[in-house]
Amino acid sequence: MTTTQERPAEQADREIGKDRRRKEDQRLITGRTRWTDNITLPGMLHLAMVRSPHAHAHVTSISTDAAKASRNVVTVLTGADLAETQGVLINAWAITTDQVTPTHLPVAIDRVAFAGEVVAVVVARSAAEARDAAELVDVEYDLLPAALDLKEAAAATPENGGALAHPDLGTNKSALWIFDSATAGTGGDVDAAIEKARGDGIVIEREYRQQRLIPAFMEPRSTVVDPTGEQITMWSATQIPHILRFALAATTGVPESKIRVIAPDVGGGFGGKLQTTPEEWIVFAVARRLGKPVKFTETRSESLMTGHHGRDQWQKLTLSAEKDGSVTGLKVELLADLGSHVSLVGGGVPVLGAFMFNSIYKFPAYQFNCQTVLTNKTWTDAYRGAGRPEATYAIERLMDELAVEVGVDPFVIREQNWITHEEFPFTTVAGLEYDSGNYEAATAKAKEVFGYDELRAEQKQRRASGDQVQLGIGISTFTEMCGLAPSRVLGSLNYGAGGWEHASVRMLATGKVEVVTGASAHGQGHETAFSQIVADRLGVPFEDVEVLHGDTQIAHKGLDTYGSRSLVVGGEALVLAVDKVIERAKPLAAHLLEASVDDMEFSQGRFSVKGTDQGLGIAEVAMAAFAAHNYPEGTEPGIDAEATYDPVNFNYPHGTHLCAMEVDTETGAVKMRKYVCCDDIGNIINPMIVEGQVHGGLVQGIAQALWEEAVYDDAGTLVSGSFVDYLLPTAADTISFEVEHTTSPALTNTLGTKGVGEAGTIASTPAVVNAVVDAIRHFGINDIQMPCTPERVWKAIHAKDGAGDKPTEGAAMPHFSESEPGTDSTEGAAQ
Amino acid sequence: MTKIELTVDGASVFDDVEPRMLLVQYLREKLGKTGTVIGCDTSNCGACTVHLNGRSVKSCNVLAVQADGAEVTTVEGLAQDGKLHQVQESFRECHGLQCGFCTPGMIMQTIDLLNENPHPTEEEVRLGLEGNLCRCTGYHNIVKSVLHAADQAEGAHA
Repeated sequence: MTTTQERPAEQADREIGKDRRRKEDQRLITGRTRWTDNITLPGMLHLAMVRSPHAHAHVTSISTDAAKASRNVVTVLTGADLAETQGVLINAWAITTDQVTPTHLPVAIDRVAFAGEVVAVVVARSAAEARDAAELVDVEYDLLPAALDLKEAAAATPENGGALAHPDLGTNKSALWIFDSATAGTGGDVDAAIEKARGDGIVIEREYRQQRLIPAFMEPRSTVVDPTGEQITMWSATQIPHILRFALAATTGVPESKIRVIAPDVGGGFGGKLQTTPEEWIVFAVARRLGKPVKFTETRSESLMTGHHGRDQWQKLTLSAEKDGSVTGLKVELLADLGSHVSLVGGGVPVLGAFMFNSIYKFPAYQFNCQTVLTNKTWTDAYRGAGRPEATYAIERLMDELAVEVGVDPFVIREQNWITHEEFPFTTVAGLEYDSGNYEAATAKAKEVFGYDELRAEQKQRRASGDQVQLGIGISTFTEMCGLAPSRVLGSLNYGAGGWEHASVRMLATGKVEVVTGASAHGQGHETAFSQIVADRLGVPFEDVEVLHGDTQIAHKGLDTYGSRSLVVGGEALVLAVDKVIERAKPLAAHLLEASVDDMEFSQGRFSVKGTDQGLGIAEVAMAAFAAHNYPEGTEPGIDAEATYDPVNFNYPHGTHLCAMEVDTETGAVKMRKYVCCDDIGNIINPMIVEGQVHGGLVQGIAQALWEEAVYDDAGTLVSGSFVDYLLPTAADTISFEVEHTTSPALTNTLGTKGVGEAGTIASTPAVVNAVVDAIRHFGINDIQMPCTPERVWKAIHAKDGAGDKPTEGAAMPHFSESEPGTDSTEGAAQ
Repeated sequence: MTKIELTVDGASVFDDVEPRMLLVQYLREKLGKTGTVIGCDTSNCGACTVHLNGRSVKSCNVLAVQADGAEVTTVEGLAQDGKLHQVQESFRECHGLQCGFCTPGMIMQTIDLLNENPHPTEEEVRLGLEGNLCRCTGYHNIVKSVLHAADQAEGAHA
């Protein structure tokens, strides 16, 4: 059973829970920043990439003479020139043992597999000269058929003549990953449940499109490599300096001990910088070859075209229920577009969603299967939420459809099926153990703040009066799994690394504290939140704590930042390290106070002898440890400590999100009127930072629902290849949010915290689309394909008078061929 | 090459530049004013916003030679005698930044917006920042920061 807590009054003066202003901000608001592109080293050379404009082609010749003759050009290198030293890019997560994984070279040799792939590299004394010369490299291509449409690619074989992304592999199918509750022993047979429901219950069949998105972090990626030291140093705009170093060493033959990777200030990532990139490998190889520092900074167009994309799935869903709306089974069949290569963890992204389609509901039977597919488009990988937004979207859309079928309020169907707070801990049909949560409490609070009943009344009134602007209310009662991840679980999923995190605490002689974390922040505010944790637990002033990160020489161990893991895994490592410091300091303090260790107490930064007023501050003990003039026999001087924490479980934030959308039925324009969320992320270290994470997450999820889509033309060219065409929302497109919390502390870590980085994005997309559909359902509409543009909404509304009876594009195709027509949704389908 | 002479953050500078060099490149590459950043190549993101003779411009949209004789202020020139500009203070106070990459442009645009309209409504703030993209904050706290800065300025004048 989960008890939802109010913050006790005695905690009011504790560091944990304070709205501390961020330590990071002073440098960021004054421009005293260390972005990778700021770095200039003596004699530094600049790279420009020559990229294929074609999605799939043989490279028949590359003429570099004119470029080489260009002013201040040092050299021009092709894939053949770099073949011996460039290494390969790794896929760290083969999701099945028979996964088909094409070789991924940094610079292509002979054949390109997506538009934007690098075919040659120009090195010059300035970036502008390198770019000028890149225009002079003459590349001849022999075009090949390109596999572009996901469904067609999945169906293509050498026999049927369908285009293959990599003809030598003979298939576009990379891996088929299956989870079945009947096989796993976590539930019943889903096909039997669906068959039964076809007879005497309800079966909802839908197909949803998860469009392709672009992470679009604000800082374009940049890499500088300095090969002139004893170690080769790489600065890179990355989320993962430690994984990057490991991968460089593993694929280039350079010993890991000879590579130092630094992630300086990094301007956002959202999963987009959770990658090992061709450009990093190229800069590394060229700098080593020339013995000079080398820099490459991408343009925005290059970033949108070649930085990995996210989502891109077709989801075929079958939900079965009793007549009264009690769910009996859920079957999920996915096609996931990998793009041209299986990137670092790209194949695993849909698998992260595999455990989440059942969400907060008590499904007795569940089956998930996912076919990953290669195409000649930019590779996909993690984007904020990675697998979990896709799952949450599907289930939260389906629960609304089920409510309509049963004829009840969508909250009624959710309450009827969710795990009640008395039932925690609860083992789900996907095999996860949810430790804590209280869906009733979060829902009650969200409904109250939202004014749910009043808005429903207004909606009814507008329907009745035939108002041109209709009101829709969207619900999303989401949960997610985050805090990646227990290493043994990752091992069982065939992931190439663990999920632990490392921290160390250095007690300086002057009483200051240096904290080193293996997490690698890029906007999250770790320097502030981690200082609060240490200050709280060690009893030192917040200002006395310095958090160091993002440099493999300083933070020698770490697994970096993604999957809402930094606080719940990295923070816990920090707690363990602080506790070790206190344990190490205790005998020294006792020795100095001439007391027994058993009589020592530690509170608020001070060791004291029980029942006396004798005591020593932790800073005094640190000084004594430094001087080492007087310490117990048989002990080491020093009280520093380090710790590695491997989580025992994921954790499961949840929340209830409510969105009110106004839809103009004459123009199709949609407008957000109100958005309220009540998230339960356990205990909170810094409420201000948490709310900021939620706001940003919400807008990314809302943007998927309403605006963003990476669009390719029939030749495989990215049409939405600049900020002119890829619609990132602005301040004028968005509204202010109401963010609330309930607190059900996590039971699997000391701080009782749960991840929050991805929650807003995971939750908000279905809330918005549910609201849009709810506003116009009375026109016989049960789905609008994302993004819900005015054009799509208008066509759906006007389908009946013949104006919108054709899909807007080829991708908006009906259900998988074997399904019965009329039982599912297409874009703007009439019921 | 063309000779230019201008004032940047209060200091006068003199240089030979290629006529095609953008002001933002000049600031970053020639003067080391790396507080001003480049976020796109289509003048959409506003990360490179600076003040040219007191008005905000996207410095990727101005040639260095066009700034000849002008007074340029970047985010690095806002603090006076170690005291932050109110807008800088407000962004910190209201958590109007996360990764901080868009922040220099947001701050410079905000100052221009408030110079023009010292008491904006939320809607006016949102429209006034339309040319500056942020991917972290969802704009919620940026808008709050701007309104906070307006309130503080009002308080100071009262």
